[in-house]
Amino acid sequence: MLGKTANGLFWMYRYLERAENTARLIETGQRIALTRSGSTDDEWRSVMQTAGVDAAFNAHHETLTKDAAIDWMLRSKDNGSSVRSSIEAARLNARMVRTALTHEVWEATNSAYMAARDLLARKVSERDLPGVLGDLRQRSALVRGATHGTMLRNDIYDFARIGTFLERADNTARILDVKYYVLLPSVMSVGSSIDNVQWETILRSVSARGGFRMEYGSQFEPRDIAHFLILDKRMPRSLAFCVSKLRDNLGYLCSNYGSRPQAFAKADHIERKFLSHDIDAIFDYGLHEYLQQILGLLSDLGGQIEIDYRFYK
Amino acid sequence: MNTQDIFDEMWGTSDSLRQPYSDFKTWYDREEPKRLRAKQREAEELFRLTGITFNVYGRAEAEERLIPFDIVPRIISAREWQKLGRGIEQRVRAINAFLHDIYHKQEIVRAGRIPEEMISRNAAFLPHMIGVTPPGGIYTHIVGIDLVRTGDDQFYVLEDNARTPSGVSYMLENRETMLRMFPELFSRNRVQPVQNYPSDLRRSLAACAPPLTGPKPTVAILTPGIFNSAYFEHAFLADQMGVELVEGNDLRVADGRVAMRTTEGYKPIDVLYRRVDDDFLDPLNFNPDSALGVPGIMDVYRAGGITIANAPGTGIADDKAIYSYMPDIVEFYTGERPLLENVPTWRCSEEDSLAYVLDNLADLVVKEVHGSGGYGMLIGPTSSKKELSEFRKKLKARPGNYIAQPTLSLSTVPILGRSGLTPRHVDLRPFVLCSPERVHITPGGLTRVALEKGSLVVNSSQGGGTKDTWVLED
Repeated sequence: MLGKTANGLFWMYRYLERAENTARLIETGQRIALTRSGSTDDEWRSVMQTAGVDAAFNAHHETLTKDAAIDWMLRSKDNGSSVRSSIEAARLNARMVRTALTHEVWEATNSAYMAARDLLARKVSERDLPGVLGDLRQRSALVRGATHGTMLRNDIYDFARIGTFLERADNTARILDVKYYVLLPSVMSVGSSIDNVQWETILRSVSARGGFRMEYGSQFEPRDIAHFLILDKRMPRSLAFCVSKLRDNLGYLCSNYGSRPQAFAKADHIERKFLSHDIDAIFDYGLHEYLQQILGLLSDLGGQIEIDYRFYK
Repeated sequence: MNTQDIFDEMWGTSDSLRQPYSDFKTWYDREEPKRLRAKQREAEELFRLTGITFNVYGRAEAEERLIPFDIVPRIISAREWQKLGRGIEQRVRAINAFLHDIYHKQEIVRAGRIPEEMISRNAAFLPHMIGVTPPGGIYTHIVGIDLVRTGDDQFYVLEDNARTPSGVSYMLENRETMLRMFPELFSRNRVQPVQNYPSDLRRSLAACAPPLTGPKPTVAILTPGIFNSAYFEHAFLADQMGVELVEGNDLRVADGRVAMRTTEGYKPIDVLYRRVDDDFLDPLNFNPDSALGVPGIMDVYRAGGITIANAPGTGIADDKAIYSYMPDIVEFYTGERPLLENVPTWRCSEEDSLAYVLDNLADLVVKEVHGSGGYGMLIGPTSSKKELSEFRKKLKARPGNYIAQPTLSLSTVPILGRSGLTPRHVDLRPFVLCSPERVHITPGGLTRVALEKGSLVVNSSQGGGTKDTWVLED
């Protein structure tokens, strides 16, 4: 496979994942704004922080309003990570690697792009927002389903998965890091309604509310939430799950190519060193420091994959 | 031009249904017009979803557009096709022999059949190719011969595309679309298949690999990239052939080979089907600013380390000034009379011809010698006085830059219009593959249709559409 093709697959799936994550963050933000009395537009600042798009927003806007924040995350062409930009970038990469995709995957991607182009051509009203976001998420699920159901399990698939899980791990780590302070054990505010809202936000942001309830019941405990999103390998957006998938797919590449470049060792290291302890050890270490460290390691891993598999040179 | 002179491929010139269309006609008469129009829209949806688009040059944004598709097939009988096939094969063999000759002994010049300056002063003549014989002796591996029809038995070659003929993906996708939408039509008509083109192409290219290549040559397609107008076709062919689609920055020269950067290191390529112009192929040997090519590839090529298809320097064979000599070229190399006719052509570089052209401009079509895609041409009969006088100035300033031809009354084939079938002018581009083993012509080709009533311009960049082209079984 061409290094360029591996690169295109990696980014195609990163951007698809990003589009879906950003759509979910907007949904969560909107839900909180509607259900929580006394919530302010400022809530959106933390939503944008979670998506990593707040600095660029500030550079383009004087004041923060809910509408401006939603539009920035959903439609802005100036925001390279908006849902629209992400879907466009995913499709551009898909065009580049078209020879590596099945017909089904390409058509699902192209039709997601065409739908996004139509749905996001104009500002989306508050009334239409849930429908539009739901539609877009469904379409990205269709690409994922077509990928799962029609693609050969070869190196093409591995690079697609690596892109997906690197983006997802990054996303989950960032969501946790923006809100880490509400997960810290504190005597002051245990079980207050403010905390409850914040915890619910975190769980919704990673589609984990149902899963959490199934495992732990309806009582939110910050320690459980942190454990669920960081260490629980059954939770498909937890750090442990994503990193073990990264390690698996890098491992398949190793056996496929008959060589073991550094990226595999790096993924293995993250898994052993950071995702094999219990949650108390993480709190002892310092949740924020821990998440910062993970974010740094993930970005380093991305860079190593780029080098090992000759994405650019 | 009198409309009565126009030959319609369904109705002839006298409104009597021609045989190849009889089954189609029976089917059509039983169809609901409303259903057919719905099918027409469905076809467009299919194309949009598959992403069969082309990028239009000269627009602010690299916009992707669909080429309009018309669901009425263009139908050719087996007998008509066999005859065309013989003419095409003869012409393509002559073109290859001509290319070999002008890059070696230039016997055709010595024999006085072509003026020396037509070769040496021709911008499309590539001195780098002098004395070079490509593997298998093949220069043009893939050729598209543009044909127009003016009567029951009268075809003309309008152009020989010997560099990088495009449009084959439309031939294939048009057929797929028709099969999906009108399976019943294919059960009543036995249509010769076109679907083998990608595997034929791969086999043909592999047969032209350099002599030292192993039994399974590595083939790749070189594209200028995702923003090129024909990118869809490049990706489509790579996919169908099961070969890599590479860009210049995926390639480098190492150890006397051209190699592509893969996830497992560099891997040598034996045959490169390039969809990049000569000029951009090698910044070391040609245009130094090119970012599309591979530095040093020409040196590898000249040393026999890679096959480039089509060979560099083939452009001289589809040059419009050389076109006017094609009857001589065919005769010189095959020893036979040309089976396919050329359109009568005035070379404006010749004084008498120029005078004639200037006097009769309103009746002629004038083309730039090196132009393509319908850009920069004048269609006398549909031009205003002002346009004619402006073109006169251009002609006088640079006569050698132009050729002129009579306005042919191109045949028509019906399209599905709002009120049923209505005739529109068409041309035809069959696709030809050459290897040392054989010359292979895919039965069918790309039919381009001018969608405007009365228009003769079929280019997709100027509002033309396409049709599925059927060659019936005997």
